[in-house]
Amino acid sequence: MSAPGSQEFGVRPSLGLSRLLSWFASQNVLLVVGAVIFLTIVALALLAPLIAPYDPNTIDFSQKLRAPGLEHLLGTDELGRDIFSRIVYGARTSLLIGVTVLAFSMALGVPIGLVAGYFGGRVDTVLMRVSDVFLAFPPLLLPIAITAMLGAGLFNAMMALAISWFPWYARIIRGSVMGVREELYIAAAKTMGVSAPRIMLRHALPNSWTPTIVQASMDFGYAILAAASLSFIGIGARPPTIEWGLMVAQSRTKFLDFWWTAACPGLAIFLTVLAVNLVGDGIRDLLDPKSRAR
Amino acid sequence: MWVYAAKRVVMMVGIMFGVLVVTFALSRVLPSSPVEIMLGHRPTPEQVEAAKQALGLDRPLYIQFVSYLGDLLRGDLGVSLRTGRPVLSELFLRMTATFELTTLAVVLVVLAGVPLGVLSAVKRNAPVDHAVRTISMAGVALPIFLVGMLLQMLFYGAMGQALPLQGRIGSEILLDYPFERVSGLYLIDSLIAGQWEAFVSSARHLALPVLTLAAASLAVISRITRNMMLEVLDKDYIRTAWAYGVARRRIHYRYALKATLVPMLTVIGLTYGFMLGGSVVVEAVFDWPGLGGYVVGAISRNDYPAVMGVTLFLATMYLAINLVIDLLYHAVDPRLRIP
Repeated sequence: MSAPGSQEFGVRPSLGLSRLLSWFASQNVLLVVGAVIFLTIVALALLAPLIAPYDPNTIDFSQKLRAPGLEHLLGTDELGRDIFSRIVYGARTSLLIGVTVLAFSMALGVPIGLVAGYFGGRVDTVLMRVSDVFLAFPPLLLPIAITAMLGAGLFNAMMALAISWFPWYARIIRGSVMGVREELYIAAAKTMGVSAPRIMLRHALPNSWTPTIVQASMDFGYAILAAASLSFIGIGARPPTIEWGLMVAQSRTKFLDFWWTAACPGLAIFLTVLAVNLVGDGIRDLLDPKSRAR
Repeated sequence: MWVYAAKRVVMMVGIMFGVLVVTFALSRVLPSSPVEIMLGHRPTPEQVEAAKQALGLDRPLYIQFVSYLGDLLRGDLGVSLRTGRPVLSELFLRMTATFELTTLAVVLVVLAGVPLGVLSAVKRNAPVDHAVRTISMAGVALPIFLVGMLLQMLFYGAMGQALPLQGRIGSEILLDYPFERVSGLYLIDSLIAGQWEAFVSSARHLALPVLTLAAASLAVISRITRNMMLEVLDKDYIRTAWAYGVARRRIHYRYALKATLVPMLTVIGLTYGFMLGGSVVVEAVFDWPGLGGYVVGAISRNDYPAVMGVTLFLATMYLAINLVIDLLYHAVDPRLRIP
């Protein structure tokens, strides 16, 4: 919105800083910034062997705990491994975590929500009450319990997160399927004798996807964050997997004297999650104008 | 009101039953079975059979479940494999530490986050608003353990041990200024005993963990408060108040904020739950002797009864908090009482 007055009366608006800022805002600059950072991280992950100056797993005690500098951009850890190279390779793990957790959450949640929303009634009640149980645990606690029982490891941690999160997707899909269930084209398909699974997959689902995509774009960062927390407390990724949360955990005994060992991987998590959230907010604004940030 | 409360309690019992099914399934059905843990590698088939019989694992699942429920009703959460003591008594020893930490963090979040959100909404699109929104955006993306470690670097490392690194109270303080555990909350107990030094020490130990735990939720609460305030400020009765010339401060804090307080209760309940989960990580960072530290220690030693005990305990607390909040909601908002 421009300031009242100036334009209506044909006065040429000044090209001040505030105008520049409002132009940026209207172009959704945060989405652009987020997307640029995110794509950079994707590029790091894809091109890791080309970008990383050192092998991320090579131990060299003669180089241990070097401060950031020209030789080692972000310093080295207590085994003399180059932290920058490890962060570059760690990007692969983090992106993999985001994609896997969301894929499995949706694989569980979408069919449940679809069936509950389409059939309604008792089927709906039973499915939704069962998913509610998974939401009755404090966040992070259920993944911790599940991983503790399955055994520590990155794959188990990702499965645990997916099991704890699928109810959100079930709820969202259920809600939007209920919205389209009464539409004319669904009724038409029913009259023509199209089978229920086919209606659900071919007609109901494509018309109720949008909120799920919005939710997924918001959850991607949380999945990375939660998995990093699990790794940090020792039940997520394990060596030799290179994962940022695990890198921070491994720096625990030394970080007060050698800050870069904890701060660099920690900030890598922060930047990635921030970028993903910015993109998520942008996607939400584009797809769902009602919730546009005021 | 009573009908609603009764309905709500029945619902909670239903969900609690589901929670028990989940924890039961986790502790019995998963691949890493208790027998393997008890017997270690390569037990003889006879040993396995004997252990299964001793644990009741040879009986049908539903009978196992019933006896699991029976144990729980008697307050039997099993025996810690590591210490050999009942899990429940270990939980009682440690729950007050977690309670003190999370409660103070919730209080801090409400006292700081709500005014920030109001300020942000009232000064919409002003620099203050942008600053609050930027900070809250960053706060949500920060890993909680990084916040804790950065605070440790700042207040313990850079500032010459201005605040303690970890623990709940200085060990020498505890010897020099002993106090009786009445409530289990060190701040209160040390005051009751009149041990000022102990009070100061425990307050100093609380500062960083509380700040860490509050950081992420602070971001969320200020954002939600801002959105709710903006919604209310658009309402007709606020415009009317402006037209009547009611003072700005009065409109913002007496009329608008009041209307946001009821939904805010729900948010605070959710925040508490979020913190119960987050406390596991924070307690690991600060070596805090609460339930979170306990569960992390238990996981690393494959102490499954302890892990499931804490899970069940925190889930119950979370459900109870949400029940109380729902009932408060009903008591506070007169509109909900219209039949």
